[in-house]
Parts: sequence; C-alpha cells; structure tokens
Amino acid sequence: MKNIYLDYAATTPLSEKAFEAMKPYFSDMFGNANSQHSFGRDGAKAVSEARQTIAQCIGAKASEIYFTSCGTEADNWAVKGVCAQLKDKGRHVVTSVIEHPAIYTTCKQLEKFGYEVTYLPVNEEGFVSPSDLDKAIREDTVLVSIMFANNEIGTIQPIRELCEVAHNHGVLFHTDAVQATGAIKYDVKELGVDLLSMSAHKFYGPKGMGALYVRNGMRIEKLLTGGEQERAHRGGTTNTAGAVGMATALKDAVDHIDENAKYVGGLRDRFVNQVLDKIDEIYYNGAKDSSKRLYNNANFSFRYIEGESILFSLDLAGICASSGSACSSGSLEPSRTLLSIGVPIGTAHGSIRFTFGKDNTVEDVDYTVEQLVATVEKLRAMSPLYKKK
Amino acid sequence: MYNEKVMEVFKNPQNMGEVENYNAIGTVGNETCGDIMQITMRIENGIIEDAKFKTFGCAAAVASSSTATGMIIGKTVEEALKVTNKQVITELEGLPPQKIHCSVLAEDAIRAAIDDYNKRMNG
Repeated sequence: MKNIYLDYAATTPLSEKAFEAMKPYFSDMFGNANSQHSFGRDGAKAVSEARQTIAQCIGAKASEIYFTSCGTEADNWAVKGVCAQLKDKGRHVVTSVIEHPAIYTTCKQLEKFGYEVTYLPVNEEGFVSPSDLDKAIREDTVLVSIMFANNEIGTIQPIRELCEVAHNHGVLFHTDAVQATGAIKYDVKELGVDLLSMSAHKFYGPKGMGALYVRNGMRIEKLLTGGEQERAHRGGTTNTAGAVGMATALKDAVDHIDENAKYVGGLRDRFVNQVLDKIDEIYYNGAKDSSKRLYNNANFSFRYIEGESILFSLDLAGICASSGSACSSGSLEPSRTLLSIGVPIGTAHGSIRFTFGKDNTVEDVDYTVEQLVATVEKLRAMSPLYKKK
Repeated sequence: MYNEKVMEVFKNPQNMGEVENYNAIGTVGNETCGDIMQITMRIENGIIEDAKFKTFGCAAAVASSSTATGMIIGKTVEEALKVTNKQVITELEGLPPQKIHCSVLAEDAIRAAIDDYNKRMNG
C-alpha cells in the first residue's frame, strides 16, 4: 500500500538534523534556561544561539526575536499586543478576508471587545490591493495585519508595498509569515514590517514552537504574563529543545532555499500541468504566476463533486491531501478563502489542496495524478450534477 | 472519523446510477450545503423493482444513498415509506453526529421519489 504525504502545508516531518540538535536538551542539558547555575547557563546559551540564528535567517537582530509556543500564539500576541499598547490611539484594525484563523478569529474576538475590523477583499487570484488598503486606513487605525503567503492557495502578497502604505499613514504592520518562512527568501528590514510571525513545524522544525519578530524600538503589551522569560516579554519556561530545533531547521531551509524551490516546485509544476491536461472542468485556484505563489502549493476545485469524497477516495489509494472545504471538520461552510476569490459555493465544496515537500518524488506525482483522474471520473459518474459531454 | 462499514460502502457503493425507464425520481439537498441526492425507481404493481442513486456529497452521503436504495429494492411502496434515517444509520453501524443529516437526506430522497411516482399515477 502506497503512503504518499501531500499535505506539507499542514505540517512537515522534523528534519533529522533538527532532531539530533534537539536531543541533548531533553536529557543531559535539561536545565531551565532561566536558572542561575550551570544547567541553566547551558540552556540559556543554546536559546541565545538559536535566537541569533533565527534572527540572521530573516535579517533581524537577536533582540528582535521572541519565542512562542506556536504560530497562532505569535499571531495573537502581535494583534492583541499592539491593540492593548495603542488602546488610546484607536480601536480599528485592518486585515484581509483570507487570513488564517489565527488572525481571522482573533480579529473576530476583537470585534466582541468593541474594536472595528476592516477585512480587505482579494481579487480572483487572492491578492490584496495596496490601494484598497490605502483607502481602508483611518485616523484610529492601530494595526494592519496581512498574511505573507496564503495557506490554502499559496498566493504571496506584495508585503513590501502593503507595508509601505501602512507606514505612509503612520500605522504598524504585521504579517503572518507562517507559510512563507523557510519557503521564501526575505529580509525583515527590506520588507519594512514591524511584526512577523513564524512557526517551526512548517519548515521541518518541531511542533509547539513559534516566534514573533518585533522591530526594535516598538513596544507591545504582553500576551502571556508570567516570569521574566523572553526578556520579560513572554512568561513561560523557555522551550530550549524547541528553540534549538527551530533554529536548526530554519537555517537548513534558508541555506537550501533555492534547491528546495527548484525540486519541490518542479514536482508541483509537473502535477499541475498533468492535472490540467487530464481533467476537464476544474479551476486552478490561486496565483497563476508561479513567482507569486508558494512553490509547494496546488489547489484545485473539481466541478460537480464534493471535496470530502475526493479526499477519502485518495486516502483509500494511500494519498494524503487536504480538503479545501471545512466539511470534514464538522462545519458545512466551504472555504472562506475560496469563496473570497470568487469560486462559486457549490464548486468550492469540491476543492482539494495538494502541498508537496522534500520527500516527494516524481513517482508520487504520477501515481497521484493517475489516482486523481480515476477518482474524479468515478465521483462524477455518481454525481447528479454531472452531464458527460 | 468514519467506521469501517461506512468506508467499505463508500469504496464499493451499490445501486449507483440512474434506473432505465424510471417512473419515480426524487432529488433533495442543494449544492450550497454540499449535498444533493437523487434517487430513481422503477415501480411496478406497487413494488419497487429497482432503485438507483446519484449523489453529490461526502462519503457519508454516498454511503447513506447506497444503503438506502439497497433497503428498498423489492419492497412495496408502503414498506419503503417506513424506512427511516435511523434504520439507515443502523445499517451503516453508525455515522458521526455532524453526518446524521446525510441519512436524513436519504430518507427524504426516497419520499420525494415516491411522491413523484404518486403524482405521475394520479396526474
């Protein structure tokens, strides 16, 4: 039985290198990085080096990197931290309609607390327009938060331009770079962003580890109050092994960014070309220009059939992808992102995301195409909506 | 999330397609909700000689329609009208709570097809 993983945007396996680097900090060097003895100092040194490495990978200073427990925490901290810090300036936030739930539901919660949120629309490829942002910013806007690259359709936003618009109005800019980090080369100083979130398990690092970049010179309120960890900005015992694993994985990803893009991007292109060639009546969702799309992402809507049954059929053939429809998670609502780019609601139900990774092969791609063609044919034969041409 | 029985039925659905010369058709659900079920039947002398389904929907919807059509073939119209979504669930050895509506859809499709048949006969 085949077992092909095509869900690298959901999570990646921990790299051997990161795993090895982490191991000592689970056992021999278990000390609390905040303890004032040799065990603690070993931990503190490892965390400090990890911080330095991560900072270098994104063009930041070590003092600008704060470790968190995940990307979601970093996103929550950025948004709530700025809102709390600037509560006297205003109560308006601008974001986009295709944000990950870590930002989207955080903004929904802010609305409950009396904030106003503008959700910028996107065009049919998922791009936010800088001029829409320009018009949305108000006197009382305290933060703009726009994701770097979309988790479902892979569209990469013009972050530098969007950030410039926010700054022209004197407004802070945060980007959720959870999908982008490790896949796209960037430098926070060139981008100009004030805050940026990342998550280790998206680039072959450990789960349960994230980081927030906070530009030097700005202050945000704490999210997790507690001890003096993270230079008194984030309470909670430092995850030493996690920090080491994250840094090792990120350095590895950044060091090999071009070859990974070439290899994995090649697999993705091979897949997309074959699917478009062999299956009719489908939409290829997201940016058409592959330089503006995550190299590992392919997202299709298959007309007349439903995503969950596609997913289960593929699963039975040993292929693990992800449904664009939230149906499998118990909600009947199709993807907010797909609806926002104009995919009709019925068609949005029939959407699948395939995200490739370093361990995939050309054989995986070809086998998946073959199984996908058979699955779509079988389910369409079963569909009351499909009339064979 | 699904039990083995549901996956097995989804993998090898029975009675898939459209009955030739059907004299009863029922279509329920809508595309927006992500489920459409169509059941066609050939009814002769009050007996359902054949029944087939076409379904746009999740694995539970496919499994429910396959099972429901299997339960009514050879039955009288009156017997078919007594088939409930609970019986479909029992036959499938259970469905996840958020998928119960798929079995309801199957029950509704049977009723809709029989309604259609009655209209044809009386109309």
